[in-house]
Parts: sequence; C-alpha cells; structure tokens
Amino acid sequence: MAGPILRVENLHKAYGKTEVLRGVSFEVAPGEVVVIIGPSGTGKSTLLRCINQLTPPDQGRVWLEDVEITDKRTDINKVREHIGMVFQDFNLFTHLTAIQNVMLALTKVKRMSPAEARAKAMLEMEKVGLVDKAGLYPAELSGGQKQRAAIARSLAMDPKVMLFDEPTSALDPELIGEVLEVMKTLAGEGMTMLVVSHEMGFAREVSDRIIFLENGAISEDGPPEQFFTNPKHARTREFLGKLTELYGNHGGPRGGRRKK
Amino acid sequence: MFRPARDHRLDLSLFLRSLKFIAPAIKVTVLLTVFALTFGLVFGLALAVARVYGNRFAATAAGAYSRVVRSLPTLVVLYIFYNLAWVAFRVGGVAAAVIALTACTTAYQSEIFRGAIQSLGTGQMAAARSLGMSRATAIRSVIIPQVLRLAIPSWSNEAAIVLKDSSLASAVGTAEVFRRSQQIGAANRDYLTAFLAAGLIYFCLTFITNRVLDFAHKRYKLKT
Repeated sequence: MAGPILRVENLHKAYGKTEVLRGVSFEVAPGEVVVIIGPSGTGKSTLLRCINQLTPPDQGRVWLEDVEITDKRTDINKVREHIGMVFQDFNLFTHLTAIQNVMLALTKVKRMSPAEARAKAMLEMEKVGLVDKAGLYPAELSGGQKQRAAIARSLAMDPKVMLFDEPTSALDPELIGEVLEVMKTLAGEGMTMLVVSHEMGFAREVSDRIIFLENGAISEDGPPEQFFTNPKHARTREFLGKLTELYGNHGGPRGGRRKK
Repeated sequence: MFRPARDHRLDLSLFLRSLKFIAPAIKVTVLLTVFALTFGLVFGLALAVARVYGNRFAATAAGAYSRVVRSLPTLVVLYIFYNLAWVAFRVGGVAAAVIALTACTTAYQSEIFRGAIQSLGTGQMAAARSLGMSRATAIRSVIIPQVLRLAIPSWSNEAAIVLKDSSLASAVGTAEVFRRSQQIGAANRDYLTAFLAAGLIYFCLTFITNRVLDFAHKRYKLKT
C-alpha cells in the first residue's frame, strides 16, 4: 500500500495575536477526496495556503509524498508544480485568453514549446467543457466558466493533488452545478482532492472523508455518513443544524442528489 | 526680457518665421521626452516592483527616492541631477538634461506603477506562484503585462507632463523648443510672437502624444 500523498503534521499559524491554526494534523491517501468544512474564520483557507506555502506556517511540517515541503532546502516552485490550487475568486490572468491562461505555466514553468502547450491546454479545456470558449478573455466568461478555466489551468500541470479553496462560494447559484460537475468527474478519475467547501451535497456525495475544522483544530475526521448521521461533538451537530435551518435536511439546495 | 510695446501688433509673417526658426528644435524636445520617458518607464517600473515585492531595504530605498524627488520643484531636481551627471559621469549638455529629466519622471512613474500593481490585488501573484512560477517569472509574465495596460491612462498624463517639463532643460542650456523661442524672441525683440509659436508647437506635440496613448489604451486595455 502506497503512503499518503499529503501529510500535514501539527500546523500552527497565527496572524498577530490571533491563532488561526492550532496544531492541525492529517493525511490524504492517493485518490482520496477530502472535504474540509467548518464555520467561517476557522482557518480553512489558511490551512490550504499553508500546504503549498503561499502562507508559510509558523510551525509544523507538510509532506508531498516523501518531500518535506516545509523544509527550507526544498525548491518550493518545483513542489507547487505538483499541487494544483483553485481559488474562490478564480484569479485568472486577466490579460490572457482562457487557453493562454492554461498555457502560461506550461511554457514558463514546464518549458513546453507553444505548440505543445497549446495541445495540452486544449485537452484540459475539453475536460472542463470549454473548448468553444478557449479564445475568450476572462471578462467575457461567466463565473462558472471562469472557475472551470481555472481548474483547467491547474490540471494542465498534471498535479498529484488538487486544493480547492471554496471554489463555488463566489458563484451565482445557477452556475455552481457546472463547477461541481467538473469536480465530480475529476474525483471519479481518481484525482486526489482536498476541498474547502460549504457544499454539503457535494461533501456527502463525492467525498471519502470529511474534516470538520473548528477554531483552528480538527474536531471531526471521518467518512461522510458518520459525519452527517452521528457526529462526535455537539458543536458539529449545532453547525449541521444551522445548515439544515438554512438549506433543509443536511444537503445544500443544489445537493447532488436533489439535482438528478 | 522686455514686455511688448503698447502698440504691439501680431505679425503673421514673423510668427511663421519664428515657427521656422524653432522647428529644428522639435527634434531635441522630442528626443529629450522620449528618452526620459523610456528610461523613466524602466526605472519607475523597477522602483514600483521593489516597493511592492522587494525586501524591506529595497522597498524603503525606492520609497524614499520617490518621496524626496516628488517633494522638490522639477527645476531644482533638474539642476541637481544636471550637476550630478557632470560630477559622476562627466557628461553635460543634452545627455545631462536627459539624466535630469529621467530622475524626475522615474519618481512619478514609480507611483503610477505602484498604484497599478496594488490595484491588481494579491490573487494574481498567488495564482502564478501556485502554478510553480518563481516570483521573478510571475512578475515578468503575469504582473507587469497587466500593470502596463492598467497604467496607460495615468502614463499618458505623465508623458504630457514630461513633454512640457522638457522646456525646463532650456535652463541648463539645451537648445530645445523653448530655448530656441527665447533666442528668436530676443533677436526680433518680440517675445510674445516667439512664445506663441512655441506654445503652438507644444500644444501639437502634447495633443499627438495623448491621442496616440488613448489609442494604445483602447487597443490594449484589460477587459473587465
């Protein structure tokens, strides 16, 4: 049995006096889809950014396979090639068309020729269903299309793991489905994914494991059935209760089951 | 210098002769402006990058340069750098005037570019880095292409200012448009006509500069 793809050990991060992460540890196995949920302000995004060192943690270690990312001697740029990241507000490069967004890192980081990069980028655009939008600028795309282009941009690097930081939170409700659909397909293809999301339907249907983060620490970590039906802590139940109030029984209004 | 006489009348043929006398200096004014703007673009961009992405030392130094230069009258900066150019490189004349004008516009352009970089937000850098780009590659391939586009309208304004400030180079003896207009004014004992001619030339140059940059702005602006 192969070791974990991603291993996080005792991460700590504080902004000034505010402790955002207080000793977070977990592992992600190859092909696993892990969804991180929790109240806002509990350090979910910070956790993701500490993994690829966009935000350096104060303490703790992170490994990608057997490379310690947090080691000062590790070439962080090399490691990041293998860790895709999708942002809440897309962060597409506004001066480039969708396909050029996907191509840029292929030519600048992977040193592909423009022709190679274009072919590879087109393949990824096909995966996210954007072939006919390849030549458009981000401003000409809908939110859902932007996020799919951003996913294609990360996928093109052939990452070993993908981090999603609330990928649907900035989207209009009717555009969330198309992005979740792409993520589902990705999960089905065996991509290892770590997803911060409030999409309970997605969490329940697609994830292998749910991590509940609260006040900078993990309070639940287990398969979705256990999480939704038999949470260990009162606080989790309370949080789920709030969601139920908001969205109805345990699932988001656009939960996977309901959509079909 | 003397004031026009009470019965001064505009003499069209003198006006045309003045234009003709000044015309060869247009080249000098344009060269001064183009060189100062171009060097100022490169150095201003570098200072802006240093201020936003540099270490504390680089950021402070870049900020201090901009703060000091922008606090002094352009004419004073011009004289200082004109003299510095002589002390440091033993250059005088037009070259020193270019150095002096560059020193000024570098400070102002660094502010323009700093504003543009900051208006991009941190997401663009984060996305570039997450793909494995080094900081330098991200700045070159992601930040600067967007910043240049964003900055065109303010830069167009700065271009017009530098064009007009190039007239200050006359104070250090450069035979540009304004200097030539002083000469022809003195020769004919009619400064008003000479300065009107110079004014017309500056207006045309500024007008053309702004139109060209407006066009560039429309052509290259980031779609939003």
